Amino acid sequence: MTTSALPASPHHREPNPMEPHHMDVQHHTPWYEYFGFSLDHKVIGIQYLVTGFFFYLVGGALAGMIRVELVTPLSDFMTRDTYNQVLTLHGTIMIFLWIVPVVNGAFGNYLVPFYVGARDMAFPRLNAVAFWMLPPAGFLLLSSYFIGGAAQAGWTAYPPLSITTPAVGQIIWIVSVLLLGGSSIFGAVNFIATVLKLRRPGLGLFQLPMFCWAMLGTSVLVVLATPVLAGALILLSMDIVAGTGFFNPALGGNAVVYQHLFWFYSHPAVYIMVLPAFGLVSEILPIHARKPLFGYRSMIYSILGIVFLGLIVWAHHMFTSGTPPWMRLFFTIATAIIAVPTGIKFFNWLATLWQGKLALNSALLFCCGFIFNFVFGGITGVALAQVPFDVHVHDTYFVVAHFHYIVFGGTVFVIFAAIYHWFPKASGRLLNEHLGRFHCLLSFLGFNICFFPQHWLGLNGMPRRVAEYDPQFQLINQISSVGALLLAISTLPFLINVVWSLWKGAPAGDNPWRACTAEWLTSSPPPVENWLHEAPLVTEPYDYGSAEDAMPVTTVQGRELWSAGR
Amino acid sequence: MTTLSQRPTAHLSDPRQEEQQSQAPAHAHHPDVRLFGLATFLVADGMTFAGFFAAYLTYRAVNPLPVNGEYELELLLPAVNTLVLLASSLTFHRGSKALMASRMAACRGWLLLTAALGVAFMAGQMWEYFHLPFGLTDNLFASTFYALTGFHGLHVTLGAMMIFIVWWQAGREGYFTAENHFGFAAAELYWHFVDGVWVVLFALLYLL
Repeated sequence: MTTSALPASPHHREPNPMEPHHMDVQHHTPWYEYFGFSLDHKVIGIQYLVTGFFFYLVGGALAGMIRVELVTPLSDFMTRDTYNQVLTLHGTIMIFLWIVPVVNGAFGNYLVPFYVGARDMAFPRLNAVAFWMLPPAGFLLLSSYFIGGAAQAGWTAYPPLSITTPAVGQIIWIVSVLLLGGSSIFGAVNFIATVLKLRRPGLGLFQLPMFCWAMLGTSVLVVLATPVLAGALILLSMDIVAGTGFFNPALGGNAVVYQHLFWFYSHPAVYIMVLPAFGLVSEILPIHARKPLFGYRSMIYSILGIVFLGLIVWAHHMFTSGTPPWMRLFFTIATAIIAVPTGIKFFNWLATLWQGKLALNSALLFCCGFIFNFVFGGITGVALAQVPFDVHVHDTYFVVAHFHYIVFGGTVFVIFAAIYHWFPKASGRLLNEHLGRFHCLLSFLGFNICFFPQHWLGLNGMPRRVAEYDPQFQLINQISSVGALLLAISTLPFLINVVWSLWKGAPAGDNPWRACTAEWLTSSPPPVENWLHEAPLVTEPYDYGSAEDAMPVTTVQGRELWSAGR
Repeated sequence: MTTLSQRPTAHLSDPRQEEQQSQAPAHAHHPDVRLFGLATFLVADGMTFAGFFAAYLTYRAVNPLPVNGEYELELLLPAVNTLVLLASSLTFHRGSKALMASRMAACRGWLLLTAALGVAFMAGQMWEYFHLPFGLTDNLFASTFYALTGFHGLHVTLGAMMIFIVWWQAGREGYFTAENHFGFAAAELYWHFVDGVWVVLFALLYLL
């Protein structure tokens, strides 16, 4: 059929992109919905995003404090105890309150119902409950700083350290992480049911956009791995409160068992943070390169491969914990094999860009930044999987650098790409491209200046999680702190851009990127139940580059609209 | 509406054709997937137990208990308790059969019997707790024993409460029907799950 076959109705009039209040014709979500127990998946998605971003700013401020402390070799900016609290809060907040809830909760909730052709998630009420577990957990965690001090044992909370540091902060930390884990599990149950059971009739699993597969794989990991962390934390809290000795060697317990249980969750947690980002990149690249996603099936199989392998590599975090040789051998090989499905995805993205008509806008630039950073982090990851090398750099800044290349250079770059890409859909207005590209440039420079030198620090033996260090490392630490300052500054153009564009941005129209997927086949912002008419059946979500696609890329037009809007 | 925003898309099917396809009953648009969701959640719940079991087995393998730290557990009562719990799964199933046949009085009877068996299990568990020669913090085995059975006991308590609620709901006219009984089915699925976990737990703690 052609779209002209749709019945004429007031809602199907020709939208005029120049008309600023075109979106107000549709059902408009009132502002107070965003502060209440809304059941709308789009509202919940934005609640996740804004809450997550708030905690990103908090976690970023904590990171800034860490970098300020490390400008000089002595702990002169804060006490060592405070430093321990700051680094623990930084890690916990960034992982459990920013990255996991935003890539899963925010983008998953906003996009998955569109992609499966549904009007909401399978369990809207459970969805709202899962979100509303987040703010209390977050504020509980922050409040622990004021109630006798926050936890000091790092985001890993290894015993016996976590048993011997002050108990109040550690217990609050455990309760908070249990809440966040529960929220994550509820979310995952919802995603699995939505993707598997709520697909529009006629829409097959192998016709879904890649992000749905990524969310399915991620949710399987959450369901299988997160409860094990919950179990470990319950036992740990009994060690702290009830005087049992599960993980306390002094009472006959075994601290390494905690490490096994912890990493059984926390290695998959890396994929819980990065698989949705893979999915988002797979959505964004084809649209801005005007080409179908390269290797659709191989992308799916590599997601499934990563899910399976991700569950059996955890002990590569424990090569210095007295792991027996057979275990080292197995986990080294399994970890190295993960590079294969990940490499398949990487080359597929490059092939998607290859000979595409690239619109070098903020979304695509952030994706390119992701590809660069992630490959680098992936290579150091394969290096870290090798026992001889890992034993040398374990618990040094090399690990810190590797991890931040994956979760910041990787996932956070994708979060920003996704915000630039879907902001016009969610708000009805375009973001300013100049500010966006400036933000991308600053982030890329700041990130690499901050974290690249840390590889050198680690190789030369600077341990992580210390407030004081050998003076020979001072210069490199200062360079790293300058990078961190650039990163902090890079947030400003973004914040200005968002606030200004929400207020005065050029109207986006329904489909500014001329995308094929279902969220663009409705108004911007979408009406409450996503489409005013029947949900569209999109069986070829990456149908770009066909003959009728030979129009100038809309980004150019978007920029013109932006200047015209002013 | 030929617009900039909607490019001609051959892969969008005709909405009128779609309507013909979806002449199924109205609820086809809102399939009830709650039981599927619960099953997914129970997989997660099962993984918590799996984590506990893995920790317990690792302790057994690598952490030798101090001299005189091994306890000989009394086997008779837990074995009877296991039978009680297995019987309760059977009675719940019979209740389900009765519901399908719309024999509500029989259904309620079976439910009450199931709940009573659950309570009997908990009572047996309590009796065992009070007669054990060790306490929570005595050694690693003792701690693990109480953590595992306690966590399972919480599940049984919750399940028994669910059964009482379902029993009470089943007394209301037309609350559950042979076609529409999500609460009933959810409680049943949960109860079978709790029983299944107990069988594994019993084998690991008492028989191994």
